[in-house]
Amino acid sequence: MKKHGNLILTLGVISVFLWSATAFCLSDVFKNNIYNPGLLKPTDSVLKVKVGDIAPDFSLPSVSGGRISLSQYRGKKNVVLSFVPAAWTPVCSDQWPGYNIVKDIFDRNDAILLGITVDNIPTLFAWTNQMGTLWFPVLSDFWPHGAVADRFGVLRSDGVSERTLFLIDKKGIIQYIGVNDINKRPRLEILVKELERLGR
Amino acid sequence: MNNNVKKIPIALAILAISLVLLPSLAFGRNLPPVKGAVLPEINLPVPENAAHRNYLGVESGTFFKVPQIKARVVIIEIFSMYCPYCQKEAPEINRLYNLIEGDPDLKDKIKLIGIGAGNSSFEVGVFEKKYNVPFPLIPDEDFSIHKCIGEVRTPYFLGVKINDDGKHQVFYSKLGGFKGAEPFLDLMLKLSGLKGEE
Repeated sequence: MKKHGNLILTLGVISVFLWSATAFCLSDVFKNNIYNPGLLKPTDSVLKVKVGDIAPDFSLPSVSGGRISLSQYRGKKNVVLSFVPAAWTPVCSDQWPGYNIVKDIFDRNDAILLGITVDNIPTLFAWTNQMGTLWFPVLSDFWPHGAVADRFGVLRSDGVSERTLFLIDKKGIIQYIGVNDINKRPRLEILVKELERLGR
Repeated sequence: MNNNVKKIPIALAILAISLVLLPSLAFGRNLPPVKGAVLPEINLPVPENAAHRNYLGVESGTFFKVPQIKARVVIIEIFSMYCPYCQKEAPEINRLYNLIEGDPDLKDKIKLIGIGAGNSSFEVGVFEKKYNVPFPLIPDEDFSIHKCIGEVRTPYFLGVKINDDGKHQVFYSKLGGFKGAEPFLDLMLKLSGLKGEE
């Protein structure tokens, strides 16, 4: 019976983790399609850039077609980079839909949002389709895998990126870095406050 | 039969129970309110907006409870500003509010509130402004209310009937299923018993 007891305990503990994260992907729009990786180490990388640095340029394929580079906004728009860990995971699935209803705040502060994950385009296509029509480009940092995330120092050891926001001004200079606990959604007011500081 | 073999069904039964109950015990996880039950003890922050306080009939202060709302029926929507379905349905929920407020027989009997699961005051305010929501939206930044009501997905609707003696009863508890303002109002009237009283 000792063996059975161990089995019961193990499955019981697993069940705790299976149930515990439902609060972090609330919307029924994703139904049962969200994979729950459990509670993760809050951060797992070391930044390679800091506030005041020129942001490393990149060019990534967009879900809507073509490629988007950071430098194309130089002198034109402030840029918010929103790295999220992976498609079809908790928190991420409840983050961009919120940004999708605040385009006016980005416009008011002359800013564009670029959403980035390490997933490939077909995965991002299927995932973001559940969110409705997004007004901002979603970019794939899939190949070379996580190369852009790595250049910013937000690629975790398991190959997904940190949940991070970078605010880059029109001169290409990083003005804000927010590496969030991967298990939690960053508060919108923090982003808005930084955007408004940049937009002044 | 070997004693250990006999114990296998018992072990499996314990395992099944542990799979169901352990998470609840470990996290104090509640189940969503069921029809006929009372709401769990939830304290809602009193709205800062005086018009909203007036709508609910609650006095300024720190917290209030659903049965303190001056109404016969309270419809609660658990929503999130990050939820695409909640965003899409927001105009129709507003229409539900307008249908109720536009009907002299219903306006003092049915009240509507939204609880923003995991949403800060700022985030709830963004949703309110974006969709011109006319009824009170209550922030639940730390998910404490959400945990009390069983960590439901969004949008989730609760219908609560408040009796003359101040006691209350949940008469509707369901994820989604909002098919439009008119059919939903009709359903609420029917299930709450208000329809027969008209």
